[in-house]
Amino acid sequence: MRALKSVGVRVGRRLVASVPALLGVVVFTFVLMRVLPGDPAVFFASGPNAGQAEIQMIREQMGLDRPVHEQLIRYFSEIGRGQLGRSMTTGQAVVADLRERLPASLELTLVALILALGAAIPLGILAALRPNSPLDHVVRFVCSMGVCVPTFVSGLLLIYVFYVVLGIAPDPTGRIDIFAASPPDITGFLLLDFAITGDWEGWRAAAGQIILPACTMALFVLAPLARMTRASMLAVLGSDFIRTARSIGLSRWKVIVVHGLRNALLPVITITGIVFSTMLGANVLVEKVFSWPGVGSYALDALLGSDYAPVQGFVLMMALAFVVVNLLIDVLYGIADPRVNVE
Amino acid sequence: MSATLKHAAWVLRGNPVTALAATGATLLVLIAIFAPWLAPHDPILSNVPMALQPPSATYWAGTDQLGRDVFSRLLVATRLDLAIAVSAVGISFAAGAVIGSFCGYIGGWLDKSVGRLVDVLMAFPLFVLAMAMVAALGNRVENIVIATAFINLPFYIRFARAEVNVRRNLGWVEAARSGGESHMTIVLRYLLPNILPAMAVQISLNLGWAILNAAGLSFIGLGVQPPTPEWGIMVAEGARFITAGQWWLVAYPGLALMLTVLCFNLLGDGLRDILDPRMRT
Repeated sequence: MRALKSVGVRVGRRLVASVPALLGVVVFTFVLMRVLPGDPAVFFASGPNAGQAEIQMIREQMGLDRPVHEQLIRYFSEIGRGQLGRSMTTGQAVVADLRERLPASLELTLVALILALGAAIPLGILAALRPNSPLDHVVRFVCSMGVCVPTFVSGLLLIYVFYVVLGIAPDPTGRIDIFAASPPDITGFLLLDFAITGDWEGWRAAAGQIILPACTMALFVLAPLARMTRASMLAVLGSDFIRTARSIGLSRWKVIVVHGLRNALLPVITITGIVFSTMLGANVLVEKVFSWPGVGSYALDALLGSDYAPVQGFVLMMALAFVVVNLLIDVLYGIADPRVNVE
Repeated sequence: MSATLKHAAWVLRGNPVTALAATGATLLVLIAIFAPWLAPHDPILSNVPMALQPPSATYWAGTDQLGRDVFSRLLVATRLDLAIAVSAVGISFAAGAVIGSFCGYIGGWLDKSVGRLVDVLMAFPLFVLAMAMVAALGNRVENIVIATAFINLPFYIRFARAEVNVRRNLGWVEAARSGGESHMTIVLRYLLPNILPAMAVQISLNLGWAILNAAGLSFIGLGVQPPTPEWGIMVAEGARFITAGQWWLVAYPGLALMLTVLCFNLLGDGLRDILDPRMRT
């Protein structure tokens, strides 16, 4: 109970501390978007030969004729009511658009993160068990390579190998085959929805679509995760309690995983949080390569079409995600190492 | 001077990987300078009858959809890609080191308010921020440099601040102060040179990141305009042909990007191993 309370206090303190940063993000993006070239009112008007009067009317409707600070206050009051404005390209409310597309991005990022962690933690442990062995050098080499290949190149090469040459991957466009039936919208995560309805054929198809983009992202973030695991494990394995555990004859598995890994986990959790929030932002490129209908490609299209509202909404959402991820990490910290709770 | 070089040679002999990376980086700079004379074909001139040829003895890396030699374009692009990365990192290093040093030295409200601003910047999805900045400032190469420099700035400010903060009350700083040096002189002439070696590591690791960032921006169509050879835009143009099996349009620019980033990353790792062996992971 006391531990729970202390986690609550820490989370609360963090939330309060993040408010100024969030406000800063909103103001900064707002100003930046106002500098974007192109008049959205002209864009929004019926056509290139729309009359001056019509454009003026739209400007007034959108509040673009007011001074910038007044527009900003209006935007803040809109955020207060849970609205983020309207997209000009899709004609929908930005909140609705984001809600529709967020699951696609989240699903992709989570699958990629699971793949990356699933590879990085064992690799890091193996490398730490035999430092400077050939295996250690191989892991180091693979990681160095992964971080050097831009995601848009590795994504395209994966498409070439698995779709064009081997023909085992499906057409790399979107989350699901155009002719396939999509599952009922329960969570928005296709893999979960298919699993809930028990449609395993659909599940396999969705998994086939997600595997290449997820691998692309996982490859890029393998390095920081594996290297941190190795460094942290190396430090823990050299400590006294591991020597004691070994000397009293505990099994190798118990020494390494139960006593070693658990104590080495804190730095890995920190870096996982950082990696997750960078992945959410770096989605843009992977989503473009795989025509993934996520929030990244949505923001990109809006930006190239000088559509303010979606870009602002996207950036605000990403900043929020950043805060939430940091909070989660704080909570995980307390679970992984109860000593953190005792400040 | 010769003593420094001798020392560097001695260090590199013990670190073959770093030596290799250093050689690679030197080679890249040479290519960047001499590319127009090295390129076997004209990188801009189109030759439509020879479009989309696979790699051969005449066209080492094949030809693109307009029949231009991919290998020549790769060589010529080196200059632009390196120039963007080096100037972006240079700007953010210069600005970040000075701002961070003053924050770390003076502390107080200046440190607090700059720290807050840095927090705000770090809360942004950085690549998206760079995208938005290029879109807002105008679709030009200079703006890629500015945007890349800007999103790198927080890291340099934090780094310089932390490094100066641990040194501000050391004996030699006290000595300079009691010797009557102004605060300005202490920061710029004593503290800044002192943190430079640590920042060199950061710069090298950052160069690779800046190259990836700039290539990513031109891949989505911001910054560099089509006829200009640049690795990111070459990948973007080649992407349309990948499902038709023309892999060389993506693979070779990708390889160029990878090798360049690898060189700078290994160089940075090597520098860190030499300067601070404990940081090795």
